[in-house]
Amino acid sequence: MAEIVLQSAPDVLIDIDRSEQGDLHTEEMLVNMGPQHPATHGVLRVVLRTDGEMVLEAIPHIGYLHRCAEKIGENLQPFQFIPYTDRMDYLSGINNNQAFAIAVEKLCGIKVPSRGQAIRVIFAELNRIASHLVTVGCYGLDMGAMTMFWWCFREREMILDLFEAACGARLTYSAITVGGVHDDLPDGWVERCREFLDYFGPKIDDYNKLLSYNHIFLKRTGNVGVISLEDAIAYGLTGPCLRGSGIRWDLRKVRPYDGYEKYDFDIPIALPGGTDGRPEGVVVGDNWCRYFMRVLEMAQSVRIIRQALDQLPDGDVLAKKIKNLKLPDDEVYVEAENPRGQLGFYVRGDGSTIPYRVKARGPSFNNLSILTHICRDILIADMPAFIASIDIVLGEVDR
Amino acid sequence: MTQFSVPWLPRPERGNYGFPAKAVVAAIVLLVVAAVFYWVTNTFLGGRPVAMLLLVAAPILVAIMAAAAAFAVSTWRAWGPILFKTAPFLLIGAVIASCVCVWAANALFEWAREDLVAAAANDPGATTWFNGPLTLDEIVSASPALLPAWISPLIWPLQFPLFRDVVSMTTLIIFFTIVPVFVIWWERKVAGRIQSRLGPMRVGGWHGWAQSPADGIKLVLKEDLVPKEADRILFRLAPYFAIIPAAAAYMALPFGVTYVFRDLDIALVFILALLGIGVVAVIVAGWASNNKWSIYGAMREACQMVSYEIPMGMALLVPVLCVGSLSLREIGEAQAEGWFSWLAFSNPFAFIAFVSYFIASLASCKRAPFDLPEAESELVAGFLTEYSGFRWALFFFAEYAAMFVICGLAVILFLGGWHSPLPASWGAAWGDGILARGLKGVLFSGPIWFVLKGTFFLYVQLWLRWTLPRIRIDQVLYACIQVLLPLTMILVLGSTLWVWAGMSESGAWTVFDRIVTWVLGVVGMIFALGLPAIAAYGFYHRRRLVGSLVIDPLPGS
Repeated sequence: MAEIVLQSAPDVLIDIDRSEQGDLHTEEMLVNMGPQHPATHGVLRVVLRTDGEMVLEAIPHIGYLHRCAEKIGENLQPFQFIPYTDRMDYLSGINNNQAFAIAVEKLCGIKVPSRGQAIRVIFAELNRIASHLVTVGCYGLDMGAMTMFWWCFREREMILDLFEAACGARLTYSAITVGGVHDDLPDGWVERCREFLDYFGPKIDDYNKLLSYNHIFLKRTGNVGVISLEDAIAYGLTGPCLRGSGIRWDLRKVRPYDGYEKYDFDIPIALPGGTDGRPEGVVVGDNWCRYFMRVLEMAQSVRIIRQALDQLPDGDVLAKKIKNLKLPDDEVYVEAENPRGQLGFYVRGDGSTIPYRVKARGPSFNNLSILTHICRDILIADMPAFIASIDIVLGEVDR
Repeated sequence: MTQFSVPWLPRPERGNYGFPAKAVVAAIVLLVVAAVFYWVTNTFLGGRPVAMLLLVAAPILVAIMAAAAAFAVSTWRAWGPILFKTAPFLLIGAVIASCVCVWAANALFEWAREDLVAAAANDPGATTWFNGPLTLDEIVSASPALLPAWISPLIWPLQFPLFRDVVSMTTLIIFFTIVPVFVIWWERKVAGRIQSRLGPMRVGGWHGWAQSPADGIKLVLKEDLVPKEADRILFRLAPYFAIIPAAAAYMALPFGVTYVFRDLDIALVFILALLGIGVVAVIVAGWASNNKWSIYGAMREACQMVSYEIPMGMALLVPVLCVGSLSLREIGEAQAEGWFSWLAFSNPFAFIAFVSYFIASLASCKRAPFDLPEAESELVAGFLTEYSGFRWALFFFAEYAAMFVICGLAVILFLGGWHSPLPASWGAAWGDGILARGLKGVLFSGPIWFVLKGTFFLYVQLWLRWTLPRIRIDQVLYACIQVLLPLTMILVLGSTLWVWAGMSESGAWTVFDRIVTWVLGVVGMIFALGLPAIAAYGFYHRRRLVGSLVIDPLPGS
């Protein structure tokens, strides 16, 4: 470990300024947090400049999981690229499928059948719950409350069962494809999904009792890692991180796609402590607000899925022609609301069946960019708390 | 066991239960040799005890063991599977058997000390060639009538305190080994139940009871790794700094009035000092590893130690003040009169002191929510980062053994020690016979109560660990120094005043004292009965509480 530090930064022990009289300092130390570290959620490497337990500076180093995903997209037909989008943000594969599919559909002018759209919404919201369950559970894990992790994975396992019944995969689904959904729902799936929602709804209260309103947890996360509204906008934060700073901004409401305008749901935002059931000691934009956004969004997703299951129309789920699509000589940029924020796809066609350029705008990458700005003069123990609260997935940061 | 067999156990097969003839012949030969030696020592050596012990008793013991081992090996295939299927009964049986053994050993020791040695002291002329005070004839004459004469060579060594110490030390080391092995398995089962899973289920058969021994074997077989840049001597030394104090703490920990290896006047201070040495292990380990995360772990432990030690010591002063002694045996004996005589209920300050001691003791054991030195999500594994294999296992052993000591201290100082909730005076009329002593040991005061209560508080520690998030280091310092320390200071002061007020022996104060004791006792009783009741309710309704989908998988999955 010492060798790695030496290679990256020769000045391991920086001479500190001892002119400040009466202020206790120790020798500064450079510490590598990652790429192999339990709390960096993958292969993120953060170089910490620390003074005792205080982190003076944190610089993220990324690229350990780079797999040329965008370049691969320029060598395949759009429907062939769908499985690669699964592997970008591997916790929300279906939402990635959806974002890319919408981009290509907009480019080629394909109209998705209404049943396909409804199933897309059901899948996307189920996957949003699954992804938020991982986030919320891992947040507990990073805080040392391991039980939260297992409870969340217990419910996530049921969602994965539902997905497995619907599309055969448990992680990389590729269920949503260009022009709709690959397969229709199997018999009895709708009832099982309703059973799950009945079961899952009360569980959110359990999570709140176990972790969200726990006194120690509030002390650990409240008023820590505060991202102001201006910073959140300036750094291009999206998703729960943006809403956790107090802006009611969600693409499902402001730019509805796949028929989200048909459903009745709320966009939760962070509120200061003491208002609307929020506990004391919480300020807008802190770790707790970002964590709690996910808990609230799970409840909203349950609402959306219930409505979608009730209104599920009959008919086809997939538009007729999706293979050997001729992409027009045009460009398109479409964003969709992922569990972690806005996932945008830029697709440029040149008249052939293979895109000339594919570019993704990942929410995790943008959310990670604020790390250095916020993680300054905080304790080492707050580092995992902050990294977990912006909830990055390194598969998508590195792509 | 039905669908899974441990690889190192032979599968049950029919037939070929042949008794190994060679072992039987060897046993017979040994017995003959022992008989010859008996005749020789009796005739030519005048029945000298050491010669008798070595030449006669040893062959007899080896012969019995050889025959038993031969029998066990030859019939292993028949009863082995049954044994593994009936593990719970074996466990209960082993607990009962060990209690009986401890009781029998204690009775034997007491008899050797009181009857044999004391009798010898009355007869100064009796000396043998080994300068031991007693001959075999004297032992035979002093023994109860129902003991056969040939047993006297086996009893003979018991007159030497060194030998008695060796035997009780062995017993302690066995207990010290069993505690971590059991608690690690139990912790995994408790964690599993809390987290809606099963925990270890495979190794050994019944609920994975052999998981801890199997893990221990795995750890011992692992590569002996010392990092290149580590301080090799300190790195190897650190685990012993952890395990030796933890083991030595058991030397002064009384399991009952007489069930203590060394009854020290300052047992409490001694145990606290030893547990303090355990901190050195963490700091040395962290420093010697030459890993930045390890150093963080070590420094956190140092930081935590200076903050929890003082409130912990202050909280422990409260029962010391109430009883007026530092000897754990005396403090335990002061609580013999049932539930309401337990020190935690003696006054409100002691009640709060118990809670503050328990919080501080969590920090002392590095248990959640104070597990900062090894916080796995922040410091990888803290001071344990570079450790693996046997050294890592030693650290774990020490941690779990120290947990029991800490819980034992809580039980002795606040919750009646080895006494049951029933007053010991109820059994005073039963006399001092063997049966009465056994019954009183089970009903009123015996090591079984101490172990039971200690185990309950171990469970509370596990329960807290799997429920609470971890505290940050500055919050630990704040909680211990700015909250617990002033609080315990007030408790010591208040408790002093309470004891002082009690010394005046005024009637009004006695009534007030009695009422407060009853109220506190009832509050404690509600806790003691309510928590198991809730746990039982949750276990009984676990399927309804968890939900039906868990049991009923989807057709596609």
